[in-house]
Amino acid sequence: MKKMTHHFTYSLFIGFLTAIFTLSVHAVTVDKPAPDFTLKSLSGKNLKLSEHAGDVVMLNFWASWCGPCRKEMPLMNDLYNKYEKLGFVILGVNVEQELQLAKSFLSDTPVDFPILFDSSNKVSKAYDVIAMPTTVMIDRNGKIRYIHKGYKAGDEKKYKKMVKKLIRE
Amino acid sequence: MSLSSIHAAVLPEDRADILYHSYDGGGAEISGPSYLVRKKFSESVSASVNHYVDSVSSASIDVITRASPYTEERTENSLSVDYLHEKTLISVGITESIENDFDATTFSFGISQDMFGDLTTIGMSFALGDNIIGETGNDTFSEEATVRSYRFSLSQVMTKDLIMAFTLETITDEGFLNNPYRAIRYIDPLDPLNYIYDDEVYPNTRTSHAAAIRGKYYLPFRAALHGGFRVFSDDWGIEAQTYEIGYTWPYSEALTLEFNFRFYDQTKADFYSDLFPFPDAQNFLARDKEMSTFTSNTLGLGAHYKFIKNGSGFIKRGSVNFSWDYIQFDYEDFRDLTVAGVPPGQEPLYEQDANVIRAFVSIWF
Amino acid sequence: MKNIILFSSLIMFLQGCSSIEPWVKPYERAHLADPIMEFGRDPISENYIHHVYDSRESARGAGIATGGGCGCN
Repeated sequence: MKKMTHHFTYSLFIGFLTAIFTLSVHAVTVDKPAPDFTLKSLSGKNLKLSEHAGDVVMLNFWASWCGPCRKEMPLMNDLYNKYEKLGFVILGVNVEQELQLAKSFLSDTPVDFPILFDSSNKVSKAYDVIAMPTTVMIDRNGKIRYIHKGYKAGDEKKYKKMVKKLIRE
Repeated sequence: MSLSSIHAAVLPEDRADILYHSYDGGGAEISGPSYLVRKKFSESVSASVNHYVDSVSSASIDVITRASPYTEERTENSLSVDYLHEKTLISVGITESIENDFDATTFSFGISQDMFGDLTTIGMSFALGDNIIGETGNDTFSEEATVRSYRFSLSQVMTKDLIMAFTLETITDEGFLNNPYRAIRYIDPLDPLNYIYDDEVYPNTRTSHAAAIRGKYYLPFRAALHGGFRVFSDDWGIEAQTYEIGYTWPYSEALTLEFNFRFYDQTKADFYSDLFPFPDAQNFLARDKEMSTFTSNTLGLGAHYKFIKNGSGFIKRGSVNFSWDYIQFDYEDFRDLTVAGVPPGQEPLYEQDANVIRAFVSIWF
Repeated sequence: MKNIILFSSLIMFLQGCSSIEPWVKPYERAHLADPIMEFGRDPISENYIHHVYDSRESARGAGIATGGGCGCN
């Protein structure tokens, strides 16, 4: 009986671990086509990724509670203003449920590029966002070319290098 | 050691604090300032310095029954350096505490690591302290003690709204562990209606173990509820439990209020007695109220006001904070010897209460 | 028998580690990142109240667990 109890305890334990650490494989990797999506933007209009086919697209997943995201916002705005005319766009995908928090941050730190709201987190899931912020670079053919996790001072130079390279292609 | 950020894989923010603290209870008044400055020196190194002062003016029960009220000062300085490499945070620190009759130096080393998608943080730390104990008015008295502490902690994000933390800590002492100013009493063999004071005798080693579990839960309407439980035992026979519950309530954008309740319960040390039956009744003898059977209850209130939210220039954020804790101690086998005219062991049980104030200003830069 | 089960569960656990999927996604940590969810956010104030209890009670150690895994940044 004691042995059975042990067995039971351990199978419970293993079951618990398996439940927690479920393995999952996602298709979002470099050199794969970027999954298309439609999201509501700050201006109220719906915006579809495929509308930007032919452009170099920088997808940036961010939240107002995320310190590094707030820091890189104005820097991304500079990047956008510099390369916008060369067929480059940034889509700032906000992952929050409470839109008010994002809106009040943006009124303090306005940006010129489109902000999209992924409040159901469908797009964040599809892109397998495993860090905040996450930046995905998509080339003119709609293919994912770079995935950058997090932000630390100086990373904006890396973004600039990638954007310059993708624009020239 | 204080790695007081829940984000282990980032260095703590640059900040400066000025705090005034005051403890008033049981005939003792202890107050003073504490200053802290923390500054990053690069993306991976942050250092902090703390200067702390206790100005003591004591006429506590131990003092008035045995000696005369006194005043003294204790100063503590500490320096710690944190080094961050990827998801590992390493901290080293040194603390020095100086009193006219007690000097302590403590070295600490800690390492913490974020793992499992940053949902788990595991930390380990070690501290080594050297104490030199003197006695005011007795220059020939000098003793030493060594303290070692080993700590393991695990914090775990359970759900989107719940974070839990589990901590284990073992502390060992070796050397002179008595308080030279305390005494025991025993019944006068020649007159059972009288008692006589004598020196305390402590073992010269002590090992204690503590385990704590804490949780913090985000309520659906932006407020947080937290609870904690700690068990403690040592090889002197003391067992203790601590229960804590608290509520954090953001009253407005700028003002956050806190409510806390804490309950503590301990059993006495094996060699503790309020009144020994005869001299040298056992190998070890103690009569410190801190080692008796007692409970304490604390009710705490706090307010936290942000006076700068999104500062431009040098100061990014600023807050003023005030908290008040009321503590009630009820002793179950420590008697109030200021009450005279009763046979030894018939004095009323001692009780005391205290008001603890913390007022501080913090700026983040 | 007990050891074998324990050992195999440990192996499973360690294998799991290499490809663990965090069950609270980084984009779901808005509440955890709120300052009201921090354990001991003011170090000198926290250290002081610990000192108050440590010098009046026999229990010691395992105070406010600092450092933790929000992974908000």
